[in-house]
Amino acid sequence: MPSIEVQQLEKSFSGTVQALFSGLSFSVDDHECLCLLGPSGCGKTTLLRLLMGLEKPSSGTVQMNPALSGKMSYVFQEPRLIPWRTCLENVLLPLELTSQNNPAARSRAIELLEKIGLNDRLEHFPDQLSGGMQMRVALARALITQPKIVLLDEPFAALDERTRFRMQDLLLELKARLDLQYIFVTHSIAEAVYISDRILLLDNTGMAKDIRSIKFSGRDQSLKLTPEFNAVVKEYSGLFSEMEDAIKVSDAAQSQ
Amino acid sequence: MMVSAMRIWIADKLPAWIFLLGLLSIWQWVVVQKWVAAYLLPSPLQIFHTTQEMWPDILAATLSTAQSILWGLGLSLLIGVTSALLFFSIPIARRAILPFCIFFQTVPIIAIAPLLVIWFGYGQPTVNASAFIVSLFPILANTLTGLQETDPQLKELFRLYKPSRLQLIFKLQIPSAIPYIITGIKISAGLAVVGAIVGEFIAGGGLGSLIDAARTQQRVDLVFSGVFMSSALALSLIYTINLVSRLLFSRRPYLRKQ
Repeated sequence: MPSIEVQQLEKSFSGTVQALFSGLSFSVDDHECLCLLGPSGCGKTTLLRLLMGLEKPSSGTVQMNPALSGKMSYVFQEPRLIPWRTCLENVLLPLELTSQNNPAARSRAIELLEKIGLNDRLEHFPDQLSGGMQMRVALARALITQPKIVLLDEPFAALDERTRFRMQDLLLELKARLDLQYIFVTHSIAEAVYISDRILLLDNTGMAKDIRSIKFSGRDQSLKLTPEFNAVVKEYSGLFSEMEDAIKVSDAAQSQ
Repeated sequence: MMVSAMRIWIADKLPAWIFLLGLLSIWQWVVVQKWVAAYLLPSPLQIFHTTQEMWPDILAATLSTAQSILWGLGLSLLIGVTSALLFFSIPIARRAILPFCIFFQTVPIIAIAPLLVIWFGYGQPTVNASAFIVSLFPILANTLTGLQETDPQLKELFRLYKPSRLQLIFKLQIPSAIPYIITGIKISAGLAVVGAIVGEFIAGGGLGSLIDAARTQQRVDLVFSGVFMSSALALSLIYTINLVSRLLFSRRPYLRKQ
């Protein structure tokens, strides 16, 4: 059974004429890491929120594999840390709310913070951390519940390039080591190609423009220098430009 | 570091102290020159001597007023925060009762004070009640605003983990409301002093009664002593609240940095 099955999805918002997705259907296989790629405003975040159940679809269905129930985690576009809680306390929040906070969980949280390079900031408050550090704490908070699947909404957009690469590798490592599955929203074509098994490309109305599997023999940062990687990135850049041209044409038609 | 902090403090506070000293000197001089009759406006030195002379009485009155203020303010904090939580959790209760709280708030305390005497008799219970009534609303209203203005993004984050109602209130909404509660306490502290003194005018005891008795005896110097003591009381109360809130915020940044 697939992890997620989306059928005939549509989402309209009050005050907007055009509905998003207009009957989008796709499924995410077990263990598959999917990336949602598309221009700004195409509904990537909305789609991710629909998958998490933070929004209700106007029509259509989103079905989760029952085995994933309670095993999902979400990382928002912003860190959303509690200002009066330390780094460590922020990471432990999900466990406190689900009454699973114990010494073992605490050492797991410390271990996670070490992994993302914040072991010297355990007792710091969010306003003492940079934006990138805050985002990493948010990632640790999403991972502390030991989810089977994590939904991430452009989590690395605010990070500097080196940290961004480290976090991408961390995700790949968690995928390999813990069999973690993720659905990832990003603007960056290279990032999408690097970390996903499959890419769902949406056009400006949230229609699926393209969906295909991405296969490489191995993944580390040196992959980004290979011709085969760059060929895929280039192809997506082409698709992106095509879409942008189409948007310009339709805008021009509407304004006439 | 220490020296520069001191320099900033001096630059900040010195003008006010110099102004005060100048004002007192002029006042003293005007009275000594007999430009104003001493029975209408006693000199600052005269007031100081009277305060010294009557110190045991003044101190006892000040302590009694302070006790009433703390009673009233403490009860306001307890009942204000509890009712705000109640109004917040049960919207129908808020819609039913809050309008009357607002109406009740508009009635001047001086108009209610005689009623309080009828109900609680002369003495401290009436004074405590008077301090409580005037200081309740700012705490209640501020706490309610604080609870209602919890960051919706953080609420959504909590929703991911399906928290219980109590977890949401105690782990998110009350901590978010703390800066608002403290603002409420600061406003209420000043009002509680007014409430206590007004209560004492009518029900007796404390600085209110001391000021009132001194007035009937034409002891303007003693009236001034009472006035200064009540303002000293209000100032030290506000200073203590500031100190406690600064201490609290230095331990945990409840106040979000803008």
